[in-house]
Amino acid sequence: MTSSQIGGGAGVLVEVTDASFGYSTELVLQDINLTVRPHDFIGVVGPSGSGKTSLLRLLLGTIRPQHGTVTRRPGVAVAYVPQLETVNWNFPVTVAECVLMARGGRNLPWPTRHERTEVARVLDRLRIQDLADRHIRELSGGQQQRMFIARALLRRPQLLLMDEPTTGVDVTSRHDMLHLLGELNAEGVAIMLTTHDLNGVAAHVPVLVALQRTVIARGTPHEVITPAVLERTFGAPMDVLEHLGMPVVLDNYHNHRSATRAPA
Amino acid sequence: MIEAILDPFRYEFFVKGVVVATLAGALCGLIGVYIVLRGMSYIGHGLSHAIFGGFAASSIISFNYYLGAGVWGLASALAINRVTRSRRIGADAAIGVITTASFALGVALLTIFGNKGPSFDAALFGSIIGVSVVDVWVLAGVMVLTVGVVITNYRALLFATFDPEVADVSGVRVARTDALLMLVLSLAILSTLTVIGVTLVAATLVTPAVIARMLTDRFARMLRLSTTIGAACGFVGMNLSYHLDVPSGTTIVLTSAVLFAVVLVTTGGRRLQRTSRLAAPANRPLRPAVDTR
Repeated sequence: MTSSQIGGGAGVLVEVTDASFGYSTELVLQDINLTVRPHDFIGVVGPSGSGKTSLLRLLLGTIRPQHGTVTRRPGVAVAYVPQLETVNWNFPVTVAECVLMARGGRNLPWPTRHERTEVARVLDRLRIQDLADRHIRELSGGQQQRMFIARALLRRPQLLLMDEPTTGVDVTSRHDMLHLLGELNAEGVAIMLTTHDLNGVAAHVPVLVALQRTVIARGTPHEVITPAVLERTFGAPMDVLEHLGMPVVLDNYHNHRSATRAPA
Repeated sequence: MIEAILDPFRYEFFVKGVVVATLAGALCGLIGVYIVLRGMSYIGHGLSHAIFGGFAASSIISFNYYLGAGVWGLASALAINRVTRSRRIGADAAIGVITTASFALGVALLTIFGNKGPSFDAALFGSIIGVSVVDVWVLAGVMVLTVGVVITNYRALLFATFDPEVADVSGVRVARTDALLMLVLSLAILSTLTVIGVTLVAATLVTPAVIARMLTDRFARMLRLSTTIGAACGFVGMNLSYHLDVPSGTTIVLTSAVLFAVVLVTTGGRRLQRTSRLAAPANRPLRPAVDTR
């Protein structure tokens, strides 16, 4: 399936064409072709080290492809939500102060009335307005993730890139967050997130990209979550069942042991 | 008792020393917040040693001390920042090699050619007597500049300290902000060198900020507290220096160490956990290998 077949709406926000990238001599991304359009909601799935975070950085423009091109529509507003574990949660800021960091332009310590109103708006939108004066360390994983989304929304992004947003949050918070992301997407924000959590995204994310250094498959959860695609992506056999019309992945430990013991 | 305390204020050199020590403490306390929160305490230590090389070189060729050591220090700061951010080699090892080599070069140059500028001991451990009117004005100028930089770049400095990668994609010019911080850090070390000394300046950068962090969970309050604590330690330390006849850098650092111990004991030690991830480069996201800016 080609990227042009996925995603509605006119125009392209970001287009990656034949892009390859490596941090040293080894390529972590190879021959990537990907298009992100307005209203797209894409989940990038793959194991650790498959290049998911590098792909986000490529789209953000913080790394350049060594081969190929990444073309962003001029003026497109992109916001980024990092992994929770990359952040120093002992840093001395409150939720409101953290969100205020993303206010554009002015650098002075005193936010304007308009900026404070905007922060109140996004905190209310994320349903964490009661936590505004809390220290960031006092939040649960789900609340921390919401705070980062609020900070990203302060920039009124057209494209929201999120690195492992389902990691470190409980099942209920994960469900609530993916539901919230669905709402934001319906309001016109294109979203791309990375995750290991196949079952979590299968029920909420309309388009998946299976990544293992290169794009293995792209399509609906039914098209991507198949034993063949998952084995190529994760390097281990996995069983896929159908439950309430959605694919559900089972970790097949027995098959995995058999496969790893089989002679080459 | 009070007469004995006020007695040294009759001497002009002491008044200058107290003013410089108080300003130096405040300045290092202010910048120290960013240094500690970035996990760059070792850079402050290394940079002060690197600047000593410039101090020695400018002393030998009778070049202006502030200009020579300043250029040397800024170049070292930018190099250290670049090494730390790029992570291509072990940053701590690289800093250790570069800065101690610069320090050793300074010692070698002064030993071979002799000293024509500020005293060798004063540069190492600080001195009340080494303070001139020029030192006072230079330090006051650096203080005004630093406060100006902190206020006019408040959001950029905060964002780049907390989360440089997200700051970078949110419109903050992180490389420029880092360079600006390195500039004021080198100027601060340079301008406080004669009163605090190369070997002790790192403590004046780190200790007030760590104490402030134990007392508050708010960034702006931490800036104000750290600056105030630094100034108070500078003032008290300089007075102790006179009365105990001990180098001023030593008494300033010991004063802040005692205050640290008092805060640690009175807060039950639990607040120290707040600083547990302050020096945590492993938890900071990797800077991009290729900067597109």
